[in-house]
Formats: sequence, structure tokens, C-alpha cells
Amino acid sequence: MDNSANLNLSKSAKVRTAHILPLKLKDVSYEIGGMRLIKDLSVEFSSPSLTVILGPNGAGKSLLLRLCHGLIEPSSGTVEWGGNENTLARRYQAMVFQRPIMLRRNVFANLDHSLKHRGIKKAERINKIEEILKHTGLLRLTKVPARRLSVGEQQRLAVARAWSLDPEVLFLDEPTAALDPAATHSLEEIIDAIKKSGTKVIMSTHDLGQAKRLADEVLFLYRGRLLERADANQFFDQPENDLAQSFMRGELLWWNRHELKPPEKFNNRKGI
Amino acid sequence: MEIGDAFASAFTLVVNFESDLVEIVLLSLQVSFLAVGFASLIGLPIGASLAVFKFPGRTFIIVILNSMMGLPPVVIGLIVYLILSRSGPLGTLGLLYSPAAMVIAQVCLITPIIAALTRQSTEDLWHEYSEHLRSVGIRPWQSVQTLLWDNRFSLITAVLAGFGRASAEVGAVMIVGGNIDHVTRVMTTAITLETSKGNLALALGLGIILLALALSVNAAAFLINEAAMKRYG
Repeated sequence: MDNSANLNLSKSAKVRTAHILPLKLKDVSYEIGGMRLIKDLSVEFSSPSLTVILGPNGAGKSLLLRLCHGLIEPSSGTVEWGGNENTLARRYQAMVFQRPIMLRRNVFANLDHSLKHRGIKKAERINKIEEILKHTGLLRLTKVPARRLSVGEQQRLAVARAWSLDPEVLFLDEPTAALDPAATHSLEEIIDAIKKSGTKVIMSTHDLGQAKRLADEVLFLYRGRLLERADANQFFDQPENDLAQSFMRGELLWWNRHELKPPEKFNNRKGI
Repeated sequence: MEIGDAFASAFTLVVNFESDLVEIVLLSLQVSFLAVGFASLIGLPIGASLAVFKFPGRTFIIVILNSMMGLPPVVIGLIVYLILSRSGPLGTLGLLYSPAAMVIAQVCLITPIIAALTRQSTEDLWHEYSEHLRSVGIRPWQSVQTLLWDNRFSLITAVLAGFGRASAEVGAVMIVGGNIDHVTRVMTTAITLETSKGNLALALGLGIILLALALSVNAAAFLINEAAMKRYG
């Protein structure tokens, strides 16, 4: 990444007039082939902070993001957006997937495609794309076919493309899962800048180090259940849930898979 | 005539651009290009839409479409003949035994080929793109446009497959065109006629051009795909 690009965009944080937050999930379950992959999950997101969804593989992190983003419908329960523009919720949210989806176009056209479909005029699109590419260190690659980029560059482009839509909420599904430390660092800088620009970021990861670096709050998910929601500092100091404690210690979590129940103390906790 | 002599005469006809041969080749290309153009306008959106839209009966339509790729040209010719004949529903248009009738027959023949190949090719790209396009809030019909554009180089293969079928087809154009000299005589019908008359030189000359055309079409499809893969990945 072009490190000369100062990613601190907090000064340019927009004053939003349209709001889709809070996002409320109430008793959401998701079932496929007779298996309940998300189980009676209730949670509310409201503040423009960075929420990390933490959990081992198969915990349901990606499914939860897709449910929130509306890519899949819950089998039961509700997903509701509550702001003054909640009927246009799709317009004010964006998502980046674990494996970057690159259109068969060059870098510029990948960004232009989404903006064009939003009805943004050409001159405005060009300015916006150049600005975003500059801030994500991709400006020199404008004309390069997106699929010819490295995986790290592709993921940065995917994040840039999502960011260009000015989302109030950005979902990131393990965006650095396939990246090396340098590429991860570059992307984390961009994610931090997006948060500072006033966007609510909800991100899944199983990388504890990344969660510590980025998270304002943590949701710990295990086998489709939300076991803990806590402020990041509090969670990383001492998680309350025993499975979260095991996960933090790097222990395998399959030992009690058949007996999993969230501890009693979490049952009445607000938002869980 | 010896086969060797026939080949020699055929090459002479081809090299000298013999007027009858040129006329037949040009009409063949005109009919086939028009047919491919119309069939592409119909088949490409149908194929891409079938890849994107999910609706009851979709599987049935796909099966029918795939089956129609192997439609016997004479049957298509017969159906178009019945429609365009004087007592048929479009008989008043007076199109029978004209190049227009041949274009219509070829459109009927190759539209299912283009649509079916487009559906197969586009569906793979749709699986790859769908989450992103839905995430961005792009409507299904806009997705069809995006897929057709991004898949354009692969779709050239589908269109050229249609062109190959159209230019090599003989049964349908024979029935609805009538193989009338200087009016509806195309390469395939001329080859059939000249062979039966024993005029192997002209038949072979046309055959050589037809083969060269098929080779060129396949080479073009291959090269375009290769170039696109290098450029866009």
C-alpha cells in the first residue's frame, strides 16, 4: 500500500442525514437441511463503533453477517432496521466477502459499476473513485484488470468499492483471512479509517490479534449461539463465558459440542 | 471427372473468385450473419435471464432449451414453411422462397443454441457474482446486463457456435428457400445440387470455402477467449 496516503479520514467524516441504525435482530434462527446453524439470536447494533464477531470456524459468523445484510432470510425471528431511512436500508449498507469478488473489469470499472447503478453522475463518480483509490493505495493500479491484482490488492479493492458507497454500516466477513501480515496491516489501516469516517463496521474474524487491534466491542459466537457480548477491553481482560475463555487460551472447542448451553448468567443479559 | 482434377478446378474457381461462387458465398454469409444477429438479440438475454431469475418451471424450460439445441433442421424448415406458405398464418407476407424465409428458419434453429450456451456460461459467472451484485442492491435485470457484458468473450463462443450451425445447415434453407439460382442458393444447398449434377469442381470449391469458414470461426473464438483471459483474468 502507498503509505504516503494518509488514511485518517476522520476529518472528512460526513454528517449523515439518513440513518438506518439501529439494526435489531430478534430471536433469529437460520436452518438449512434440518440443521439449525443460528439459534435464537437477539442482538442490537446502534453506535458507529467497530464490532468484531469472534468465534471458531463453523460458529456462524459469516451466516450472521449475511442475515444482517439481508443476503439470506432467517428461518424464524426478525431482522429490522430502525433509522429514518429504514426502507432504503440496502442503499446505506455494504459488505465485503472473505474471498474478494472481482468483476471482469479493471480497478476503476469495478468501483464505477456500483456507483453507476446508484445513479451517481459521471463527474462525481470519477472524483469519488480517484479519492478512494488514493486513500486505499490503489491509484497507480487504476487501469489494471482487477483479477490480475494480488489477493491483498483485490481485498483492498473490495473494501474500497464498499467504502465508495458511503455505507452507514459496513459488514466485513473475515476480510484478512487469506492475507499475509503486511497486507493485513494495510487493510486494517483502511478499516480503521472507515470507522473514523463515521461508518459502523461489523466484522467477523477468528484472529484474536486482529480483534484486539480493531474491536470496540466483541460478540463471541459458538455453534450458532451468541455466548457473550462485551466491551473489547473487558472481553480481552477476562471474558465471562467459559467457552470464550477457552477460545482465548487457544484451546480447541469441540470437547463439549454436544452439551453446549450458554451459561445461565447470559440468558437475561440485554441484547443476548 | 477425376477427384484430382475436381480439386484442381475447385482451387481455380476459388482463387479466381468465380462470379457464381462469389454470389453464393456472399448470400450465404448475408443470411447467416443476419440470422446470428437476430438470434443473438433474442438468445443472449433469454439465456442470461434463465441464469439469474428463479421461477417455477425454470428447470423445465432449461431442459426444453437444451433439447432444442439438437432440433432437426428439416423439421424447423417444415414448420417455417407451413407458417410462411400461402395458407399459413404469415402467408400474406409472401416471404416463402426468399432469403428472409431462410433467415427466419435459421433464427429458429440457432436461437436455442445461443440461449442454452449463454445460460450455461452465465450461470457460472452468476454464482460468482451474485452475492456482490445483490449486496450492492443491483436489480436482477441490471444483473443480466452486467453478466452479459462481463461474460462477453465467453459468449462469443456461443454466438459463433450458432453461426457455425447456421452456415453449415442445409435442410431448413432448402425447404423454405427452394435453392433458386441467383435468389436463394447458398453454399450448402449449392453443394448438394452440384454434387447430384456431377459438378464436383463447384461443389468442392464451395466445400473448401465452407471448411475454411468453420476453421476461421473456431480459430477466432479461441483467439478471442485467449486474449480476454490474458487481459481480464
